[in-house]
Amino acid sequence: MSDTSTINSQGPLLTNDGVPLKDSLRKSLRRSKIRSFLLILVPLLFVLALFVAPIGSLLSRSVDDVYINNVFPQTFAQYEVWEDKSILPSEEMFAAVINDIRITHKLENSEGKNIGKNLLGKSGTRMTYEFSGWRSLLLKTVKSATKVNKRSKEEIKPYTWEAPYKEKMIKRDKRWGKVEFWQSLGAMKDPYTMGYYLNAVDLRYDANKNIIQKVEHLRVYKTIWMRTLQVSLMVTIFCLILAYPVSYLLATLPMRISNLLMICVLMPFWTSLLVRIVAWMIMLQQNGVVNDTFVTILPCFEGMVNLPFFGATNIDLCFGDEDRIPMMYNFTGTIIVMTQILLPFMILPIYSIMKGIPPSYMKAAQNLGATPTRAFIRVYIPQSVPGVGAGCILVFIVAIGYYITPELVGGKDGLMIGNFVAREMQQTLNWGLAAAMGTMLLIAVLALYWVYDKFIGIDNLKMG
Amino acid sequence: MTDKEPLVQFENVQKSYDGEILVVKDFNLDVKPGEFVTMLGPSGSGKTTCLMMLAGFEPATNGNIYLKGKPINNVPPHKRGIGMVFQNYALFPHMTVAENLAFPLEVRKIAKSEREERVNRILDMVQLGDFGSRRPMQLSGGQQQRVAVARSLVFDPDLVLMDEPLGALDKNLREQMQYEIKHLHENLGLTVIYVTHDQTEALTMSNRIAVFDDGVVQQCSTPEHLYERPENAFVANFIGENNRLMGSVEAINGDQVTVKTDSGDIVVASKVNVNSVGERATLSLRPERIFVSPAEGRTPNIYSAKVEELIYHGDHIRTRFNVCGHDDFIVKIPNSIDNVSLKEGKEVNIGWMSEDCLALDG
Repeated sequence: MSDTSTINSQGPLLTNDGVPLKDSLRKSLRRSKIRSFLLILVPLLFVLALFVAPIGSLLSRSVDDVYINNVFPQTFAQYEVWEDKSILPSEEMFAAVINDIRITHKLENSEGKNIGKNLLGKSGTRMTYEFSGWRSLLLKTVKSATKVNKRSKEEIKPYTWEAPYKEKMIKRDKRWGKVEFWQSLGAMKDPYTMGYYLNAVDLRYDANKNIIQKVEHLRVYKTIWMRTLQVSLMVTIFCLILAYPVSYLLATLPMRISNLLMICVLMPFWTSLLVRIVAWMIMLQQNGVVNDTFVTILPCFEGMVNLPFFGATNIDLCFGDEDRIPMMYNFTGTIIVMTQILLPFMILPIYSIMKGIPPSYMKAAQNLGATPTRAFIRVYIPQSVPGVGAGCILVFIVAIGYYITPELVGGKDGLMIGNFVAREMQQTLNWGLAAAMGTMLLIAVLALYWVYDKFIGIDNLKMG
Repeated sequence: MTDKEPLVQFENVQKSYDGEILVVKDFNLDVKPGEFVTMLGPSGSGKTTCLMMLAGFEPATNGNIYLKGKPINNVPPHKRGIGMVFQNYALFPHMTVAENLAFPLEVRKIAKSEREERVNRILDMVQLGDFGSRRPMQLSGGQQQRVAVARSLVFDPDLVLMDEPLGALDKNLREQMQYEIKHLHENLGLTVIYVTHDQTEALTMSNRIAVFDDGVVQQCSTPEHLYERPENAFVANFIGENNRLMGSVEAINGDQVTVKTDSGDIVVASKVNVNSVGERATLSLRPERIFVSPAEGRTPNIYSAKVEELIYHGDHIRTRFNVCGHDDFIVKIPNSIDNVSLKEGKEVNIGWMSEDCLALDG
């Protein structure tokens, strides 16, 4: 044995051939390392291309303002030297706007096709996010600024509008004379902006890039964020209340019965989400099964009754047509349907943890003198905590970004942030704002993950 | 054995899980205070079921169980006041060692100061004084075992049950723990009912052993008695090592019987469990009670045997002989200078005393 390894008290361990032991070890493991890397290469590329890249572009889009700076370089340069921002800027800045418009307007792509008009249109859209009215103002001005004198005999026909521009522009549209429009340029002058994030929480920049509240009637998102958190939290709690006993039964009943129960739990998983939601609509709407049942079976009693201690009391026990409970197309509908849909996400992790708790713990606790209830609280519940944690995190994370259910059954006061992300993507086409809201959701989820790790430990997270 | 009142009494206890098969078929056992009684048997013989009925986790299908003279069939487990060491210890993983030990005191509403004092005392007793703040998972198997024993003792129960508590330990540790449990039993005057399938463990630790097979107690007696005087072939075979020769009874003469083995040899043996001439009988012989090349007339039974195999065991040599038509006849020969001449294939005489050869049921 003494020949096979040389233990040198001064230096590193050497092999027989005098090579450091660590190098030799690394060499011997290199082959298997390369092989294992090749094995994960495909999934790695898959994740990079379909997960990391889109999320990266989402993140960059939510702060990106390079585009507008490319279209209006001179204007933003002038903005920097505009001294007193409470009064209208000087002629130079008006001229800069016209110059930027004219340069962009003539831009062509490599195939000789004009792209300038499109760029200006998009810029108008971007500017409208900061101050509404920018788009129509800009397009109106583009038309006037780029009109050429057709009667001119020169090679390059001159523009009809000539300097000075200030008065002409204000005359063309009096909005140019409003200092608020000019001030709003301040929020766009940097290539990177937090504007979308501010917008997502009902804040905005003022002329000096200070963060201020939006005007009252434009504040919408804060309510939606709060409601999203509220819905997610309530759905998580209801799921936990419903899932815990079911999981306990699943884990403790004899195999034959628990398998049947498991099928009942998983059945909704195999049914289309839309079908389930529509089924709930039929159940819960005003003329739905539940309300009809109430109207039919609840006794109709109305009138004066002599009650002991209370005397003559007017009692209205009638559940008539006018008493039908609104349970659909509102907040309640969202909560009920989401709880049902997300229930398996709570049951499965709790079940998998409970399945691993040996029955001997409960026996031991009782043997040591604890009543069954006490044993359950002191010994069983603490051991099921990792499953509860995993279930809650899973349900909360899925719920916070939920879209389809609130869209279909949420009505007006059951909408969540996911619906607004979709709206920005599809209707208003404000992708920057959608990206910012998406990123905030992502951060919320990561923060939750961090909190969980801090208090329960991610090692304890078992998904099944 | 004293004639004290039994602490535990099983009376005609029967147990069936499915209403078709009896797992325990008529179990009777009295355990006196201070006794260490082991239930020994192969797995599935019903011994753990009996323990679970006593602890209250399984109801007896029929019959009565008494603790201190009172029937406990309808007493729930947490009111029985019986300590128990579980097979895999069942230490609560989310509590520290000290919290585990304090648990039975806490549910008995014992004041905090007294609780701490008793926990510390019991920790010192099992030599784990510094381990109170650790989690069970941070302890070695042997330490966990000690905590489990400590937890079953900390509330001073009348009776401690142990369900194969040493099954998960390696051989050396198991032997050490056997002595520790034995000493605890002697020093504290505990009454212990111990379940195991390991006969060595049963022999070294117990005052009495109940040998289970097929839901029935085959024999219940002291370790010496079980080993020296097994009452039937199952017990003889299960306790210790045993050579078996099959044959039929030729003649019965008081305490002695003459048995003709299937190979035609005549053997004189002690009568234990045979009743009539012509009956099938099993002759049981311990490997350490066989003489190799005995002097003429020293043993009534002498046969010519062929050495088949020698297995070196250090202190003794296990020798496999072919004798009386039986080629798996094991003899333990002490490793001394006198016995070095044996070679494989050699023919020698072996013999045994008639009182060491028991005639049991066939």
